Amino acid sequence: MIPELGHFALILALVLSLVQAVVPLVGAQRNSMALMAVGRPAAQGQFFFIVFSYVCLTWAFVTSDFSVQLAATNSHSETPIMYKITGVWGNHEGSLLLWAMSLSLWTVAVTVFSRHLPDAFLARVLGVLGLVSAGFISFTLVTSNPFERLLPAVADGRDLNPLLQDPGMIIHPPLLYMGYVGFSVAFAFAIAALMSGRLDAAWARWSRPWTTIAWVFLTAGIAVGSGWAYYELGWGGWWFWDPVENASFMPWLLGTALMHSLAVTEKRGAFRSWTVLLAIGAFSLSLLGTFLVRSGVITSVHAFATDPKRGLYILALLVIVIGASLLLYAMRANKLMGGGSFALVSRETSLLANNVLLTVASASVLLGTLYPLFLDALNLGKISVGPPYFEAVFVPLMTPVVVLMMFGPFLRWKDDDLAAAVRKVAPAFIASVLIGFGTAWAVDHVTWRTVLGLSLAAWVVLASIQLLAGRLKERAGASAGSRLRSITASWWGMWLAHLGIGVFIIGVTMVGSLDQSLDVKMKEGQRAELAGYSFVFRGAVDADGPNYDAARGNIELSRDGRVLDTLTPEKRVYRAQGMPMTEASLDIGVFRDVYVSLGEQLEDGAWIVSLYYKPFISWIWMGCVLMGLGGIFAAADRRYRRLAAREAAGAGQRVAASA
Amino acid sequence: MKARSKRLMLVGGGVVLLFAAVALVLSAFQQNLVFFHTPTEVAEGKAPTGKTFRVGGMVEEGSIKREADGVTVRFAITDTAKIIPVTYKGTLPDLFKEGKGAVVQGKLENGVFQATEVLAKHDENYMPPEAAHAVEQAQKAATTLSQ
Repeated sequence: MIPELGHFALILALVLSLVQAVVPLVGAQRNSMALMAVGRPAAQGQFFFIVFSYVCLTWAFVTSDFSVQLAATNSHSETPIMYKITGVWGNHEGSLLLWAMSLSLWTVAVTVFSRHLPDAFLARVLGVLGLVSAGFISFTLVTSNPFERLLPAVADGRDLNPLLQDPGMIIHPPLLYMGYVGFSVAFAFAIAALMSGRLDAAWARWSRPWTTIAWVFLTAGIAVGSGWAYYELGWGGWWFWDPVENASFMPWLLGTALMHSLAVTEKRGAFRSWTVLLAIGAFSLSLLGTFLVRSGVITSVHAFATDPKRGLYILALLVIVIGASLLLYAMRANKLMGGGSFALVSRETSLLANNVLLTVASASVLLGTLYPLFLDALNLGKISVGPPYFEAVFVPLMTPVVVLMMFGPFLRWKDDDLAAAVRKVAPAFIASVLIGFGTAWAVDHVTWRTVLGLSLAAWVVLASIQLLAGRLKERAGASAGSRLRSITASWWGMWLAHLGIGVFIIGVTMVGSLDQSLDVKMKEGQRAELAGYSFVFRGAVDADGPNYDAARGNIELSRDGRVLDTLTPEKRVYRAQGMPMTEASLDIGVFRDVYVSLGEQLEDGAWIVSLYYKPFISWIWMGCVLMGLGGIFAAADRRYRRLAAREAAGAGQRVAASA
Repeated sequence: MKARSKRLMLVGGGVVLLFAAVALVLSAFQQNLVFFHTPTEVAEGKAPTGKTFRVGGMVEEGSIKREADGVTVRFAITDTAKIIPVTYKGTLPDLFKEGKGAVVQGKLENGVFQATEVLAKHDENYMPPEAAHAVEQAQKAATTLSQ
C-alpha cells in the first residue's frame, strides 16, 4: 500500500511540475499576475509530494519490504539501518528520485529567497525549473519506476553493493547532486534573462549567490567522493580520472569559470554573452554527467544501470535542453553586445584568460571521456584514455591559471599599467620559484614537476599574504580591528578559496612526488620497513559484522622504536552477494598518512599486505575545505541581502504607485 | 591604441591561446591513448611491442601461480581461442578469480605480458565490457570457421 502511495505522489508531483512549467511562463508572456502567481504554490506543492514519495520508498527499505523490486535488489534484512536508508540512492531509480528531490528543494529555496525579484522574472525562472523537473520526473516514472513491485516477494534481499556501505557514501551522493542540480538554478536565471531580454548587472547579481552555493556543494561532493575512493578502494589513490569522476569534474571546471564570469558581468557589465553560454554549458555538463553515470555506457564502479532506453531518454532530454537554449541564445544574441569596455591589461583580461583556460580544460576532459565511447559505438576499436593523458593536459593548462589567479587581483578593473603591476608582484614571484627549488632540493626530489608544483603553491601563499597586507594598508589610520572588519565577506571568500588552491597543490605535489608503497608477504611476527616506519604483523583474527564475515589483521606501526598506532585492516566477504571487500586502515596525520590494506591469505597462512606512505595527502582535502569555505563566505556577503532588501522595497513602491 | 586595434589584439591573443591549448590537448591525446587487443590479436602478432596496451578476457582456470615472494603472480588471460601468459607484481583486485573476466594493462615482452595494472569486475553482475568483447569476438570467429 505505502509503495503505491509513493508512486501516486510522484505522479501528482509530475502534474504539479507541468503546471509550474506552463502556467507562469504563459503568465509572464501575457503579463498576467494571476497566472504568474501560480508558480510559487505549484513548486512548493511539488516539493511536498516528491518528499512524500521519497519517504515512502525509504519506508520500503527500512522495513525490508522485499515485495518492492528496488528494495529486494539493493537491501537486505541484515543491512545496518544507516545503509538501508542510504541504499535508497545506491541505485539507478532511487538516485533519480534523489535528483528530482534536490531540484525541487532548490526550486523551493528560490521561491523562499526571491521576494525581491520582479514577478515576471521569477515566473520565468520557476517555469524553466518546472520544465527540467517535468523532464526528470517523467523519466523516472516512464523508464525507471522505483516503486516497481516484485511478486511474489523474495525471502530476503540481495543487499547494497558493499563498496557503497560506507560512511562516505552517506553524504557523497546528496552533496554531489545538490551541486549538479544547483547549476539548474543558474541555468534557469540565464534562460529567464534571455526570455525577458534583460541581461544586465541585476541578473548577474541575483544569479551569483545561487551559482556559488551550487559550486560549494559540488566541491564538497567531489572532495568527499575522492576521500571515499582513497580509503575505500584499498590502494591509496585519491583521483583516478574515471569517467564518473570526470562527469562531476567537468561541470565543476565550467562552474568555476561561470562564477568568475558572473563577477565581471555584475561589476562591469562585460562578458554577458559568455556568462550566458557558461551557465548553459555548466548545466548541460551536469545533465551529461547524469547521462554518463545513469546510462551505464561506461566501464566504471558507478555504472549500475545497463538499460539503453534510459540512456536514450536522458540523451533526448540533453539534446532538447542544449538545443532549445542555444536557439534562444541565438535569437537574443544581438541584445548581448556591448557592456563595459576594458583595456588589454586589466582585471577583466586576466579573468577572461582564465575563463578560456578553464573551458579548454573542461573540453579536454570531455574529449578524453567521450572519445573512447564514440570509437566503441562506431565499432572503430576499443581504446582507453587514462591518467597520463589528463596529467599531460592539466599541468600545462592549470599552470597559467594558477599564476594568473593570483596576479589578476593585483590588477585594477578596466585599465592598468602592466609594468607597474609586474613590479609589484615580482619579489613574491621570484621568491616562490626559489622556494620551489629549495624545497624540492630539501626533500631530495628535484624533478621539474615537483619544482613547478611547489613553486606554484609558494606563489599562491606569498601572493595571498601580499594581497591581504595591501588590503589592510588601504586604511592606514584605522585600528587593526576596524581594518579587518572593513574587508567584505566576498573578498575573504575569494582570498580563502584561492589560498585553498595553494594548499591543494602542496598536497597533490607532495603525495605525487614522495609517496612510497610496498606489497609484502607477511607471517605472524614478521616485520617490514617503509619510509622510516616499521610494521609488525601480529596476525589476523575473525571479526564478523552484521552482514559480512571478515578477517581483521593487526599491524603494529612504530618509528624509531616508539609504537605509534595499531592498524587493523580487514578483508570482508559480504554474505548476501558473496562479494569480497578490502577495508584499509589508516594512521592519519597532518604531514603524512600511513595506509595499510590486506591482500589475500596464502596457503601457508601468510598474508599479502600492502603498505603505503602518503605525505601531505590530507592537504588535498584541506585545500578543498578552504575552497568550500571561500564559497560560503562569498555567497554570504551582506551586499546581496542589502540590495535584495532595497529591490524588494523598490518593487513595493512600484506596486503602490501603479495601484 | 585605438579601440579597434585593441580588440583585434585581444581576439588575436585569444585565438593564439586557444590554438596552443588545442594543440597541446591533441598531442597529449595522441601520445597517451591505450589500445585494446583481444588475446587472439596478440597471438597473431597484431599487438604493438614495447608499447602499453590492454588485453581482456577470462582468467584461465588453474593458471594462477604465485612466486615465492608471494606478491608476484603468474596467470593467463584467454578469449577461449588463444591464451596469453601474464605476470603481475602487486595486489590483485578483490574480484579477480579464475574463470572470471579481467582486463590487464601493460607491455608484451618475449611473449609474456608484463602487467602494470589489473582490472576485474566491480560486482557480481558486471563483466568488464572489454573482456566480454574479446570472448564474443573469439566465439564469433569460431562459429564462422565451423560453418
